[in-house]
Amino acid sequence: MTTPAQTVGPYFSIGLPWDDGPDVVPDGTEGAIWLRGTVYDGARDPIPDAMIETWQADPDGNYETPGFRAFGRCPTDADGTWAIRTVKPGASGDQAPHIAVSVFARGLLHRVVTRIYFADEEAANAADPVLAGLDDAARATLIAAREGDGYRFDVRLQGDDETAFFAV
Amino acid sequence: MSSHPPLDWPDYKSTRLRHPTLMRPLTLTETELTSPRLGDRPLGEHDHDLTAHGQGEPLGERIIVYGQVLEGDGRPVPETLVEIWQANACGRYRHAGDQHPAPLDPNFEGAGRCVTDKEGRYRFVTIKPGAYPWGNHPNAWRPQHIHFSVFGRALTQRLVTQMYFPGDPLFEYDPIFNSVRDEQARRRMICAFDLSSTKPDWALAYRFDIVLQGREATPFE
Repeated sequence: MTTPAQTVGPYFSIGLPWDDGPDVVPDGTEGAIWLRGTVYDGARDPIPDAMIETWQADPDGNYETPGFRAFGRCPTDADGTWAIRTVKPGASGDQAPHIAVSVFARGLLHRVVTRIYFADEEAANAADPVLAGLDDAARATLIAAREGDGYRFDVRLQGDDETAFFAV
Repeated sequence: MSSHPPLDWPDYKSTRLRHPTLMRPLTLTETELTSPRLGDRPLGEHDHDLTAHGQGEPLGERIIVYGQVLEGDGRPVPETLVEIWQANACGRYRHAGDQHPAPLDPNFEGAGRCVTDKEGRYRFVTIKPGAYPWGNHPNAWRPQHIHFSVFGRALTQRLVTQMYFPGDPLFEYDPIFNSVRDEQARRRMICAFDLSSTKPDWALAYRFDIVLQGREATPFE
């Protein structure tokens, strides 16, 4: 029997955030981008006590590359927003460049998992097997739009435009 | 079979507007079958000892909490980061959002971290957290618990859970504990008192092994 998940609760900011959590790569890294977004609940209100974790391939599409943390962590602020500085992953096998996203929050009894794809990777996205399995509306929730110095990816836990989450 | 609770659990009111309604099937890829381990995170000498973070000793019952991080097949997960956070002995968190009228302890912050050894073992020294009231329903109290965050060898194994103490009278009233539907699985969240690991004249000890699901297990039914 495996150990079950439980919610992070309202007070996880005591223990989980790190000063360098949002820095998948350090300031000044060539090709660095910011991923930014807001986490919303089913009433379309921003969630101020959620946390985002990201996990990705390196720019060559390789995982668990020594020296590349590949992992980001950022709690949402009072406006429900988060930001993580990283570099764009490379394509991996037949998969388009993408970043795995785990969402934790008070009220979530287990973390939920989704993916960020990039709007400016149209050809790779068109050939991606995970995106290919989704209808247009679900697919659209995974495509991060180019914005300023990076990309925007909002997470909607519920509602008509609920983010596509995967059983992971 | 997965032991995880359902995301939609009306007895825990905060799930109402926060549970996604659909988990889509995914053929697992390298993305999900790899994981950060973070065993090289910089650690302070006392990060595992939550009683050593103040000017003096915190109040409360000093305890040792130790165990192993394991995969479902019994293989240990070595050199992986374990993070914990908790209320103080009075049931108060050092957090602006916690307005429970119980005292803060100037000598207790309530967060710790360590990295498992080659056999997947971890060990913390802390104080036993108190129960505390919350607003979920009239006269709602959380059983005493310590929050745990662990990584496995794959993203599929990422786990945040809560460790409870044996025999807590609040178990039957707690919707978060009871969101786990399987009784055996609920027992997995309860640590075991271990007299043989106590430190005489100093601290009692509790063992809490964390068993992660298989890397390729399907988490949601």
